[in-house]
Order: sequence, then structure tokens, then C-alpha cells
Amino acid sequence: MLSVRNLKRLSIGPIDLDVEGGEIVALTGPSGVGKSMLLRAISDLDPNTGTLSLDGQDRDAMSAPQWRKHVMYVPAHTGWWAETVEPHFIGLDRTRVKDTLHGLNLESTALGWQVANLSTGERQRLALARALAHDPKILLLDEPTSGLDGDNAGRVETLVRAAATAGSGVVFVTHDTVQANRLSTRRVYFHDAQLHEVPQ
Amino acid sequence: MSAVYVQLGYIDLAIASVLLLMAGGVSVALNLGLEKSLGIAALRTTVQLSLIGMVLKILFALVSPWWTGFAALFMIFMAGREVTARQSLRLRDGWSYSIATTSLLTAGGIVTILALTTAIRPEPWYDPRFALPLLGMMLGNTLTGISIGMERLNTTLKREKDAIEARLVLGHTRPDAVRPFVREAMRAALMPVVNAMSAAGLISLPGMMTGQILAGVSPTEAVKYQILIMFLLAGTTSIGALIAVLATSRRLGDERDRLRLDRLQQRAPVHEPK
Repeated sequence: MLSVRNLKRLSIGPIDLDVEGGEIVALTGPSGVGKSMLLRAISDLDPNTGTLSLDGQDRDAMSAPQWRKHVMYVPAHTGWWAETVEPHFIGLDRTRVKDTLHGLNLESTALGWQVANLSTGERQRLALARALAHDPKILLLDEPTSGLDGDNAGRVETLVRAAATAGSGVVFVTHDTVQANRLSTRRVYFHDAQLHEVPQ
Repeated sequence: MSAVYVQLGYIDLAIASVLLLMAGGVSVALNLGLEKSLGIAALRTTVQLSLIGMVLKILFALVSPWWTGFAALFMIFMAGREVTARQSLRLRDGWSYSIATTSLLTAGGIVTILALTTAIRPEPWYDPRFALPLLGMMLGNTLTGISIGMERLNTTLKREKDAIEARLVLGHTRPDAVRPFVREAMRAALMPVVNAMSAAGLISLPGMMTGQILAGVSPTEAVKYQILIMFLLAGTTSIGALIAVLATSRRLGDERDRLRLDRLQQRAPVHEPK
């Protein structure tokens, strides 16, 4: 589904990566090696070179917003552009959003909350819910459970699996080897600006 | 109206300079260390204004479209430099200067020429006695607006990077994602001229009007000129700030709807020379 060939961004690459629908790829590697930089480059948020395509369609043949809707990056710390939560979910299927919120142990009233009062964990789960509600073909998750306790991390993992079962391809960054083994269907290790497949 | 004009002699200026000496005395007495800065500033004012007085006298006598145009361009380039001189955050590779100068040239040029050919109508229309002071007033106010607008946009986009990119990753276009901050920058840019129009007459007597009254023009006539000038200033500042803010916003993005903060350059605050 997602094909990355010869991707270069600053000091990283050239990187090749394929992600199929239903796959969950764990991306591990030491801090500062450029894991976030790689995910940002795949979603075309920073200048980069390489040949990327989704379902055979070239990235350059799509507008950048169109590409990012399908290949969606969820940063570890996301931003908010309105005072309350609700405007961040405008235009999305309401039932779908509420189901996702419940799955993440958030009340439906969360939509009315003030962004300024959200805890780190709430922000992280809401950001994931926001991305999931867009039904992207590829999800690029940057440390999706870093600010969460065990229970909530488990809920996030359940939703990620559900998204993969529904046909999305997932790449997630983690520092937790146990989680990498538990959640992923495949593992890649980022080292020396290159990706290495980790044998199963 | 010429009968009431009071000419100043050099003696009058010398008397006024006694006040300056007093200020210097206070500085020495209280050990403020300002006497040198005061002296240099006073000297600069005297030399710069005397020089410009002579230049204007020559230009006014020439009434040449070429020399007037040359002086106007010189003023615009200097104004462009002023816009960027004190910005702590600006675009790399001279883009801030280029954008500022282009905005000043376009806005100042359009409005000044419009005012000269439709409202004031001197003969010839480019008569430097009208064109240059008019342009000077436009530039002085517009450069403040442009400077505030560009600085505000640069700092807000940098500060709101996460919020902007949160929209980009969801597939919003870059213009949509930065629009609120473009609006905010425009509002900030226009604030001084809106304030000036609101306060005119109540709190402040604008300098040009005061000058005309001192020169013996009837206050009601001076007021008409001042209102015209205020409208021109509002027009120039709006056009100039709009061009500058939109161009800056464009430069901070690219064709793949990215936020290009790497095109910004942080500059250590430079202290004004003492």
C-alpha cells in the first residue's frame, strides 16, 4: 500500500520502506536518531526527496493535503488551534468520534472541554481519536502511549489493532520493546540513519 | 496668510539649545551617563535636518521628475531598511528587506501618485514640494505598520507551529491553517493608524496640521489637509501591510503546504549605538 523508496531528509536516508494494509510496523531506535524526522518526511511535512506512493499513486501526483489525509502523522505532542475540543472534530462522523472516545476511556462530554485544562494523557488520546476519525489508509504514530498509564495504553493498542483489522497500515514509534513485540506484526530498527528489518 | 508667519533666527535656535544644555547638566549631576548620547543625538538632528533642508531646497528649485523620482526611491529604500532593522526574527537571505521595500514602493507609490493627481493636483503633479513631504509621511507611517505586521506574523507562526502543523497533518491547506495568524498580524499592523485617526484632535494635534497652523494657514484649511492625509495614511498602511503580511506568509510556506520556519532567522537583539 505505502511504498517509500530512497527517502532522504537532512542526514537520514536513503530509506526504503513498504507498509501493507493490516500491517502494524514497530519503529524502534535510540533517541535522536531521527524517528520523528522520518515520519514527518513520509507525511511530507518537511522538505525531502525520494519516491513515495500510496496504492501505486505517486505522492507528487496528489496535493500535499490529500496525501496527508491518507498518510496521517500523529505527533507525540500535538497542537490545538481552538479553545475547546469540539472545533478540532468538525466535519467528522459524530457517532464514529464518540465510539472512538469511549474506546479510549474518554467521556462524550470531552468535546466540550477546554483544551487548556487537558492533561497530557487526554491530549494524546484526543489527538489519536482525531486522526482515527479521518479513516486514514496509513497511520504514522509517534510514541502513541508515551504519556499514558498501562490501562489507557492498552486501550490505545486495542484501537490501533482495530484500525489495522479494518485495513489501515500502521507505523508506530516506541521505546518499549515489550510493546513493540506485543503490538506489531513486523519490526524495524532505525540505526545509523538507516532502517533495518528486525527478524521475527 | 504669509503675514503671520514668524521666521526663526539662529539666535532663537541657540536659546532653545540652552534647554538641551540643562538636560545635559541634569545628566551629569545625577550621574546618568546620558550627556554623550544627548549631545550626539542633538548633533545628528542638527546636521541631518540641515542637510535635508539644503537637498530639498535644491530639489524644489529643480522641479525635475528624474531627481524627484530618485529622491523618492532613496527614501523608499531607507524605509525598507528601517522596517527590518529592529526585527529580532526575520526571513533569511534578505527576503524581509525585499518584501518590505516592495510593499512600501507599491503602497506608497500608488497612494502618493493618486493623491497628487486627484486631490492636491499641483502643477506639475510631481512637484517635489508636494510629492516628497507627502511620500515621507506615507512611508513613516507605513513602515511602522509593515514592521509590526511582519514581526507579529513571524513570531506567531513560530510560536503556533504545533497548532498549525496539527491542522496540516489532518489535511488542511496551509493558507487555511495560517489564516487566523495572518488576520492577527494585519490587525496589529493597522492598530497604530486606527489609533492615530481616533485620537486626532482629541488627544493629539497631528504634526503636519500644527506646522501649517504655525505657518499661518487657517485652522479649518489645515484640518482639511490633515483629514486628507489621515485617509491617505490609512490607505497606504492597509495596502502596504497587506502586501507585506501576505508575502511573508507565502514565503513561510511552500508548494507542498508545509510550514517553512527554517526560512526564519533569529537575530540576537542589537542594542542601539549609544
